[in-house]
This record gives sequence, C-alpha cells and structure tokens, in this order.
Amino acid sequence: MDTNISSVNTKQYIILRFDSEQYGIDISYIDNIVRLQPITRVPHTQSYFLGIINLRGEIIPVMSMRRKFELEDVDNTNLTRILIIKAEGNAKIGILVDEVREVVTLAEEDIEKLTADDTRAYLTGVGKHNDTLISLLNISGLISDIDNE
Amino acid sequence: MDLSQYLEIFIDETKEHLQTLNDQVLILEAEPENIDTVNEIFRAAHSLKGMAGTMGFKRMQRLTHDMENVFSEIRNGKLNVNADMVDIVFKCLDAIEGYLTCIIETADEGTEDNEELIGLLNDALNDTSEENKQESETKQQEKAEKADEKSDENTEGDKRKYLSVPIADFEKNAMSEAKAKGLNVYAATVYIQESCLLKAARAFLVFKGVEGKGEVIKSVPNAQDIEDERFELDFSMFIVSESPIDEIKNIIESVSEIEEAVIEEFDIPEEVHETVQKVDESKKSDEPKKEVVEKKEEKKAPVKTNNKPVVNRSVRVDIDKLDDLMNLVSELIIAKNGLVSVTGVATTQDQQFNEQIEYLERVTTNLHESVMKTRMVPIESVVNRFPRMIRDLSKKLNKEMELIMTGEDTELDRTVIDEIGDPLMHMLRNAADHGLESTIDRLKIGKPQVGTIRLDAYQDGNNVTIEVSDDGAGIDVEKIKQKAIDKGAITEEQAEYMSEKEAVDLLFQPAFSTAEKISDVSGRGVGLDVVKNKIEGLGGDVEVASKLGEGTTFIVRLPLTLAIIQALMVDVCGEKYALPLNSIVTIEEILPEDIKYVHTKEVINLRGTVIPLVRLNEVLDVEPLEVEDDELNDEGLVVVIVKKGDKQAGLVIDKLLGQQEIVIKPLGKFIHVPRLISGATILGNGEVALIIDSNTLV
Repeated sequence: MDTNISSVNTKQYIILRFDSEQYGIDISYIDNIVRLQPITRVPHTQSYFLGIINLRGEIIPVMSMRRKFELEDVDNTNLTRILIIKAEGNAKIGILVDEVREVVTLAEEDIEKLTADDTRAYLTGVGKHNDTLISLLNISGLISDIDNE
Repeated sequence: MDLSQYLEIFIDETKEHLQTLNDQVLILEAEPENIDTVNEIFRAAHSLKGMAGTMGFKRMQRLTHDMENVFSEIRNGKLNVNADMVDIVFKCLDAIEGYLTCIIETADEGTEDNEELIGLLNDALNDTSEENKQESETKQQEKAEKADEKSDENTEGDKRKYLSVPIADFEKNAMSEAKAKGLNVYAATVYIQESCLLKAARAFLVFKGVEGKGEVIKSVPNAQDIEDERFELDFSMFIVSESPIDEIKNIIESVSEIEEAVIEEFDIPEEVHETVQKVDESKKSDEPKKEVVEKKEEKKAPVKTNNKPVVNRSVRVDIDKLDDLMNLVSELIIAKNGLVSVTGVATTQDQQFNEQIEYLERVTTNLHESVMKTRMVPIESVVNRFPRMIRDLSKKLNKEMELIMTGEDTELDRTVIDEIGDPLMHMLRNAADHGLESTIDRLKIGKPQVGTIRLDAYQDGNNVTIEVSDDGAGIDVEKIKQKAIDKGAITEEQAEYMSEKEAVDLLFQPAFSTAEKISDVSGRGVGLDVVKNKIEGLGGDVEVASKLGEGTTFIVRLPLTLAIIQALMVDVCGEKYALPLNSIVTIEEILPEDIKYVHTKEVINLRGTVIPLVRLNEVLDVEPLEVEDDELNDEGLVVVIVKKGDKQAGLVIDKLLGQQEIVIKPLGKFIHVPRLISGATILGNGEVALIIDSNTLV
C-alpha cells in the first residue's frame, strides 16, 4: 500500500491503459466500472460515440477514448471495460478503455501540474507512482468539450 | 404563525373562484335576469374578498369588496345588469387575475391599486344612491333581525361552551387582578363556518384581532392546538380588555368565515371548589344540550350538500411523485419483459410458471393504465377560459361569434395539458380573426349573422384529437401561393405544381400571415409555426382541412401518454428497432418487380395509392448483411406502411419481430441524436433498441 495515505493532500486515481500508456482518472468522477456488453449503435452521431448501453435500466451513451484521442481502434479483449463517469447534474457517460489496472493514491507533491497553454488539453497533470508516469485526465474538460460540440 | 403555508390553497381557490366568476358573468351577460347566477357570482365574490382579506392582500380585498357591493345591489334588484357593467366586471376579474399572478410569482399582491376600476364600480353603485339608502335601511333591519336570531340562539345557552371550561387558580387570580384594575373580563366562544378550509388561519386572525384590543388569558384548545388545527368548529377564549364588549365581538365577527362569536362578561368563580362544581354542573347540563346541537348540525348538513355540487374525494399529489411512480412502473415493465423473454427460451415449460407470468403481465399492464389515469387531467382545465376569450375577441373585432365546445371531459396527460393551452388559444384567435368574415360580409353572402367557432375534443384510440374549426371564409389557396411567391419562399413554377395540401402547409412556415391587416389579435405570422413546433414537441401533429367559403378546421392529434407505448419491433440488417404502433397502417410484402421509379425515387402502387419507399438500412446507415442480398430480392420485401396525417410512406425492413409494450427512455445528454431517433428502449433481454420516429420519414 501507499505510504502517503495519511498525508492531507492526497487523491485517489483509477489507472487505465491505452496501448502501453497509463492514464489516471480522479476516482470521485467514477460511478461504476462494468465489463464490456453489447453496445447499440446510434446512427448519424458524433464519430467517437460507439452507441448506448443499458446500465440497470438507465440508457448511457458510450464513447471511445481511443477515437477521441485519434488513436487506432483495437479489438476488444477480455480486459476491455466501460468506465461509467458521473458528470454534473447526474448525467452519466461511459468510456471504453483497454484495461483498468488499479487504484492508486497520489500525494500532491507527486503530481506535476501542467500549465494552461499546454497542448495536451485533456490532461491536468502527470503523476509519479512507483517510478512510472501516469497522465492524469481532465475529465470535466473532456465532458464540457462534448457538451459544446 | 405563518400564513405562507396557506398560500397554495389560497391560490388554488382563487383560481377556482375566478373561473366561476368568469363563467357565471358570461351567463349573466346572456341572461341578465338569472337570479341564480347573480347569487352564484355574489357568493364567489364574497369568498374571494374574505380569502384576500385573510391573507392580508388589502388591494385585492378592496377591489373584490367593491365588486361584491355591486352584485349585492344587483341581487337585491336595485341595479340592472347592462353591457357596460359586464365590461367593468370583466376588467375587474382581469385585475384580480393580475393580483393573483403577482402573488404566485412573488407571494405579494404588488402595488397596482386599480383606482380607476374601483371608481367605475362605485359609479355603477352611485347610480342607485337613492335606492342605496333604502337598501341600507333594509340592511339594518335585516341586521336587527339577524341579531334577534342570534340572541334567540344565545338563549338556548348551549353555545356558551366557555362555561364548561375549567379555570385554574392562577388564571382566576389574573382575572381578579384585571378586574381590580378596572379592566373587563370576557369569555367568548367563536364558531367557524363549517365550509371553512383555513380554520387555523381564521382562528389566528381572531387572536390577532383580539390581542390588538386586550389580552387573551386562556384559550381552549390552547394556542398550539389551534395553530395545528386540532379543533372542531369552535374554540373558547378568555379575554382581558378595556374595550367594550361590542367592540371585541365586532372584531371577531369581522374575520371572514366566522359563523358567530358568543361573548359575554365573565363572572370570575369565587372559589376553586365552586368552580369545579360549577364546571361539573355545567358539564352535566351541557351534555344533553350538546347532543341537541350536534343533531341540529346533522340536520343542517344535508341541506348544505344539496346546495353544493358533490365534491370528489381527492388527494393533492405533487406531479414529481407521480413521475417517480411512472418511472417505477416503467422499470417494472422492463423487468416483466425480461421475465417473459427468459420463459421464451427456458427448456422446461412449466405450465404453472407460464400462468403466473401471464398474470404478472396483466397486472403490470393494468398498473400502467392506472398510473397513467392518475396523471390524466380533463382538458376542461385548459379550455374553460376560452368562452371568455372569444367574448372579448367578439367585442374587439366587432364580429358576432359564438364558441361551441364539446368533449371538455376528454383527458390528457398532465404534462401535455400544461403545454397545449397556448397553441389552442392561438388557433382560436386565428379562427376568430382570420377565419370568420366580418358580420356585414357574412350577411352579404347569406351566412348566419353569428359566426361559429367549434372546439371538439375526443379520444381516438391511443390519441386524443382536438379540432378547432370555424364556418368562415376558408383558406384561399391561390392567395397563399401568391403570398409565398411574393416572399420568395417558392417560385411560380413550384406554385403551379403545388397541391392544395402542400400550399396549405405553407401556413406553418415561419413568418407567414395572409391577413392583410396586422392586428394585435393574431400576431404577425409568428404563430402557426410555433403552434406546429409545440405540438410536434409533444409527440403530436397538426393538420389543416379547409373548404373555400365554408370554413377551416385545424386538427391536432396528441398522444395519450408520453412514456410507454405499443411498438412494432423490426430487424434491419441485424439491428433491432422499434416503430410506434400508432403510426403504422399496414404491413405489406412487396415483390421487387412491383417497385416503380418516379424521379429516380422508389415508389410502390398499393391499391391505387402511390407510396414512396424508404429503405431503412440506408437512412440508418446500416451495413447490409452480405449473404442475404440475393434472397431478399427473390422473396420480396417486407414493407411497413406508416402514415403522418394522410401522407404515407413504406419503410423497407428485413424482418418483423413482433409487437411489444415499450418504455421510452432518453439517450442521455451527451450523445447527438438525429431527429429520426425519438428515443431508446430496453428490451426483455437487456438489449437496447432505438425507437424510430416515422414522422420524419414521411
């Protein structure tokens, strides 16, 4: 376990994988993590939306992080998961990821904040954890981006 | 004590009274001699005044008070109803409605004094100032008589409930001290009218009034119980005051809905023991008398109910709670569909299990219907303001017209009701302004002098249809075409080939008005397109039928419910879609050689009607399944014929999957949905299927 748990300024992140890169999402955004299930295609919608799924009676749109980041599609595997993100106003959105690895706790001093003019607008910073680097995703930026399109 | 908790009741009741007043004054205008109507109006005006006073809305109270005076005169035959007066009264009603709107928005009546109206009302009254004097005399006589009656009642004794109130020592001391200081000690029992809804509020006002003049030493029940409305129709109080007894009595009885106040100077019991004895005695002697009173009240009760319409027993429920309930029913239906689909694949066909499933299906369907019914409101609540509106329009436009309404009891979902008022109003205004000819023109062409506007509502399967029609000039198609050409909306060539129907549909284009004059009655052509949008937003549609010279009919179709519909499930290249059943006409099998081409578009000739074909796999962007391509062509196509108004289209699908009750769900906030898709639904096996809005394809 992490030694920094007792530290005041810590946050928990869920670590995901795309190809060989690791990304982190602030755990407070996560509503749920579900296994891959059949996704119903929606015609004539944004290209990065794969479609909609049924999560316990609720219809939730699912987007592909790969398509959003203009990465190549890969075949879904046993490890593919859908992260259910809770946005403002209780609206939910699903994000398809290659793999969900673990939950880590990062202290503030382990995070290197990115400046606003950084080109990687969907990142808030980079975290160091056990000698690996984790790109921390700016979820609210990502969502408001969808909203505005 | 806070009056705000009564505000909601006040608003509801005021609306009700205003509606009664509007209706009755309309009747009065037609039959000025109808004394029942006058009585009804007087009662409503009086209640309004009382309620406004109770809630502390002084300006509103003043206006209603003066209005009540006028009707009091009419009731007594001192004043005759004439057109001017009806106009004034209608203006007053509008002013009161203004107050009400203000109250709904800000919980305050605002600052509009409406002096002008009050002046007009008083002028009407002063016309009869001579008679007024006589009137006031008779009033005084009446009052005297009333007083006599009251004293008669008093002598019966059993109204003095305060006699049976036990008085504690310290209270007795307080009274004696007050007496020693030269103050008066009164005991009073206040009776509230049986019909009173805000008993605690009335009692509060009594207390407030009395406390302005003295001090309430004791009350039975105690103040807290009164505030919580834990009392019957009366309460007793002991008052210390320097004011004379009549003044206190007046203060109490000036609170509206107070039946009467029995008050007298109170003899302080000398000794505690005696008090107890007295109490016992009075209790004993009171008990049989109380029974008499109760019996009397029982006798009174049926008489009262005869006068009033029988009120339905009802509970007020927040619409949000009904929404929650509806959502739960939706979940239940999804769960039920899940169970049904499991039994479909189950290998063991247990007879009993299937029976239970069928039972469950029946129950959920009934439950859905019941919940739907609780959300249904008769359209009466929307249309009942229209007669008044038409009357005003008739005056304003100087056209004689009457409104005939049928099917006011037709019910619609609450959410639809809330939205439908404005579009209907707009169509009525259109009918009155553009539809009907002027009275002179009507006489010239030999039509009845009075134009007729009809509003007919009826249920038609899963839809409710509302027709707004007039017997006016009808729509001049050529005029519309010309107008459209002038505005550059269409070319002359297009106009020539345009069917009558298409031309009429131009009316629903934004910024289109054929009235040569712009009037403030039916705007500047920013109307019908808004009407159409609103109705389509509610899942309905609107169309026009018109005959030149005979009149125009607007036909509005609305769905009964928004959340759960019957649908036909279809397969398009392996994907499942739901088609709302109410737009489907028939299902046909078409051979490939029957497909003809018009302007390179595919059409079929179905029993004499040419219907365009829509290949769903193309509009939905589905990749066709490779193997079956040849087979399809050989076997023929499954075509679902759908309609929108009297237009039809054939949707080409691959397979029919069956009919199902489906729950419409939104697709979520983030994903962009084409207009073609009206929502999604969850199937029995948990799969999600999209619902196709076939209206967009016709």
